[in-house]
Amino acid sequence: MLIFEQGTKNRRAFMQAPRGEFSTDDFPAHLLRETTPTLPEVSELQAVRHYTKLSQKNFSIDTQFYPLGSCTMKYNPRGVHRLATYPGYLGRHPLAPDQHSQGYLQSIYELQEILKSVTGMQGISLAPMAGAQGEFAGVQMIQAYHEARGDTARSEIIVPEAAHGTNPASAVMCGYTVKSLPIADDGDVDFDALKSIVGPQTAGIMLTNPSTLGVFERRIKDVADLIHDAGGLLYYDGANLNAILGKTRPGDMGFDVMHMNLHKTFATPHGAGGPGSGPVAVAECLEPYLPVPIVVKEGEYYRLVAESERPDSIGHLSAFAGNANIMLRAYIYARMLGREGLIRAGEFATLNANYLMKRLQDAGFDLAYPERRATHEFIITMARQAKQMDITAMDFAKRLLDYDMHAPTTYFPLLIAECLLIEPTETESKEVLDKFVEVMIKIQQEAESDPDMVRNAPYTRPVRRLDDVKAARELDLVWKEPSA
Amino acid sequence: MSEVPSELKYSKSHEWVRLEDDGSVTIGITEHAQELLGDMVFVELPDLETDVNSGDECGVVESVKAASDIYAPVSGFVVAINEELSDAPEIVNSDPYGGGWIFRLKLRDDAEMSELLDADAYEEHIAD
Amino acid sequence: MPFIPHTEDDVRAMLNTIGVDSINALFDEIPDNLRIHDLPDVPEGLGEMELAGIMRKRALQDIGNACYIGAGAYEHHIPAAVWEVTGRGEFMTAYTPYQAEASQGTLQLIYEYQTMISSLMGLDVSNASLYDGASAMGEAILMAVRANRQSKSKRILVAGTIHPVYRRVAHALVKGQHITIEELPFCPDSGITAMDALAPYNGEDIAAVVIPQPNFFGRLEEVDLLTNWGHEHGALVIAVVNPIAMSLFREPGQWGDTGADIAVGEGQPLGIPLASGGPYFGFMCCKQALVRQMPGRIIGRTTDLDGKPGFALTLQAREQHIRRSKATSNICTNQGLAVTAATIYMSIVGAGGLRQTALASHHNTKLLVEKVTAIKGVEVVFEGAYFHEVVLRLAKPVHEVMDKMAEHRIQVGYPLGDDFPDYQDCLLVCVTEKKDNDEIQQYADTLATVLGGA
Repeated sequence: MLIFEQGTKNRRAFMQAPRGEFSTDDFPAHLLRETTPTLPEVSELQAVRHYTKLSQKNFSIDTQFYPLGSCTMKYNPRGVHRLATYPGYLGRHPLAPDQHSQGYLQSIYELQEILKSVTGMQGISLAPMAGAQGEFAGVQMIQAYHEARGDTARSEIIVPEAAHGTNPASAVMCGYTVKSLPIADDGDVDFDALKSIVGPQTAGIMLTNPSTLGVFERRIKDVADLIHDAGGLLYYDGANLNAILGKTRPGDMGFDVMHMNLHKTFATPHGAGGPGSGPVAVAECLEPYLPVPIVVKEGEYYRLVAESERPDSIGHLSAFAGNANIMLRAYIYARMLGREGLIRAGEFATLNANYLMKRLQDAGFDLAYPERRATHEFIITMARQAKQMDITAMDFAKRLLDYDMHAPTTYFPLLIAECLLIEPTETESKEVLDKFVEVMIKIQQEAESDPDMVRNAPYTRPVRRLDDVKAARELDLVWKEPSA
Repeated sequence: MSEVPSELKYSKSHEWVRLEDDGSVTIGITEHAQELLGDMVFVELPDLETDVNSGDECGVVESVKAASDIYAPVSGFVVAINEELSDAPEIVNSDPYGGGWIFRLKLRDDAEMSELLDADAYEEHIAD
Repeated sequence: MPFIPHTEDDVRAMLNTIGVDSINALFDEIPDNLRIHDLPDVPEGLGEMELAGIMRKRALQDIGNACYIGAGAYEHHIPAAVWEVTGRGEFMTAYTPYQAEASQGTLQLIYEYQTMISSLMGLDVSNASLYDGASAMGEAILMAVRANRQSKSKRILVAGTIHPVYRRVAHALVKGQHITIEELPFCPDSGITAMDALAPYNGEDIAAVVIPQPNFFGRLEEVDLLTNWGHEHGALVIAVVNPIAMSLFREPGQWGDTGADIAVGEGQPLGIPLASGGPYFGFMCCKQALVRQMPGRIIGRTTDLDGKPGFALTLQAREQHIRRSKATSNICTNQGLAVTAATIYMSIVGAGGLRQTALASHHNTKLLVEKVTAIKGVEVVFEGAYFHEVVLRLAKPVHEVMDKMAEHRIQVGYPLGDDFPDYQDCLLVCVTEKKDNDEIQQYADTLATVLGGA
């Protein structure tokens, strides 16, 4: 039942409205509203009960194993949440003067330093509000760099065909043409194909490493040399940074600019679809172009650098300073884990992925890249099951929900047929991973003995499979009051 | 195996082309293409009375999980669009060569017709 | 420790299964010359208790200042229930609702949000939110250029009274697509967009006109006239509005003869704490005819295999994960958590509570204006009605006054000089319903002292 259907005319949560009788005489009558918006008319208890019940219809890290590949669904420590929501942080206006903001600014400054160290880059801005905005900012900086050198004929950005969809979309938003780069059979980029498409028109390349295929791009140095020799720059999509924490750094690999997803590697809450936070870090040659604001330290004083002080900056990406409280959470998380903890996070994420991959392989599932190490994630393919039994990756995904486990990422990357991209993360125990293998084996058996049952799963959730076609054809995006 | 009517011409990007008696051509997407895309939820039609060049993107067919551009297989002037698809995109699935037609062009250069694939060549193309 | 549950026995058994002798061996595909073995510049880890001490101390450094700054972020009362429920792990630690059957809570909530915000804006449909108000305005401009097939110019007129940072963000987001943003001058007496500012554009090809309500100065624009002008000239009309104000003022869908086409704005006033600027959320609503050009996630109601109603992501083929380089935008996330809070906020306060909040805020601003204009050397700059924010001119240098007031722990307002060079001596001041008479009196008394002093 929708919240609107639970209301009664003129019921209001009086407790929460300011008291007093106010007139509208100060305002010109023709600018005043004449209709009443359709907002719920419920008591506070009704609202609390309704939304608490809705929450219970969600899967989440706090309630289920959530091995969603490329999303790094690790435990979001409650302690981080508590510390980041102290009143001093929640109450600070984004335009508060620096002298009233030293506590906050110090934390943000120190986060900048930690992230530079983890990535091996020279400059950083925390401004982008999500990974996709970080990509946009990064590509804009590449563009600004070329333009400042009078090198204006570069019109192409190279993107591997297995990349996140945001990569090509971001490049196009910046006015570039996207050149698609094929992947070789071993999962690395097709180096010969790369050679054939790199040229004076190449502005740069966008790569994820470890790639979206769950493997480390071994010839990354050669790729970097090739692109740099052609005058292009390298963009690093930091979605998979968790896998290499303390083992290697984008700066060492030859990347010039990158974003990281604080909501992945630094365990800030995903909030059922956001907020993200996508800081960009750069090599020295791109520092002047970083988006604002940036926090600097002068003596023992911290302050926000204004846009006017950075004439070459690509500018503001949000009204204020990006998803500030998310940065604060990332800072607290990084301080809690510290040097050793961050390194261990990468190590155990990798251990868990390789263990789970081996167990699934031993149980008879097909790996996309059996010859390769898993990074923090890996891919299995259900192409054989689809062909032999007409049971798809999506059928497995849906049936997993009945066993109280969230599904892995399905059908991404598009390159691998019937794929499940599995990322267990470091905060899951061996028992949970063993249980997942057990369930996958069980579903495989069910698919053999009762395929229709699997095809129609799930059965135990608030709804069964939904009609996506109807949702798109007969668009119903807002509730309408039934006419009396 | 999808139906590939022998009287039509085809493009590699899966449009079919039918030469009408009045010299105009009707264009749609093939049965094979609609099968790949799945249940159609929306068709974005070209603008009426505009010029298109062979190879131009001039519309989109959209299913739940994919969206695919419609390319003009030949050059010409758009003289008709199938407005029925706005409310009933599923006709592209049920009757791709009939009621599921998408637009009609007045040809600019008749010679372009001979550059299209015939049914046998298209069947070979989709068998790859 | 990084919340890792493994015992030594677990690790041994797992390595055994994999067939390697150490965790480090799992990184053998990384070339040796790229390997590092430490992160020397990252400090040692701290326990929750020790870190709580540090973070509490820093938070206390920033607390206890009275805020009279608005300029796009507003300090309103937030009922405790809003974040108590939003903070539930099932909302906070879920991912994007890709698996609809395991995400009905979030999906239904967003459907309810779409209903509420569309209705508040008087428009047909809404998406599931964008990053913030400023970037939402940029996305609205991109959307308008896509949607306005009559216009070929890619020229956008933006009221000069719009938030100056919004204009800059929009420029940063659209410049790669050769869209030009032209600024309309405002009337120096009234602080609103004058109709004669539009005269030079008569007969020109304009893709969209962007109109704020209230504007950056807190003044109310003549939205009906501006909207009609836009439509008469073949432009789409984009409204940039404060959602709390829309409970009181005419909603975008009712502007002019046929209504604005797209409405965007900052959702923060709807139950989101100031929190240094984020996470907030940008809302975006539009007329039904434009829905396929709308960027971002959209939730639809449908039915399941048993015919039971349920909710799912829809129109996904517009989005980057399917359409890649041809997507309507590169945006991937929405600001789900902030939208969750806003939905619960709107449910609790209702239409009446929103309106009462708007009126009480205005009442307090008016009270402050009465008190400070009694001080010698303070005057209101623009004639005419304002909503909960007002521009004051001071007889002393603004930054000096700001610093002195800051010493008294009062954040006196936002200085206009950097963005509006003709207004070097001016401050934008905001008062919400959270301030009481005593606090407002204290503001006025302190300002009088600061201005009266040498």
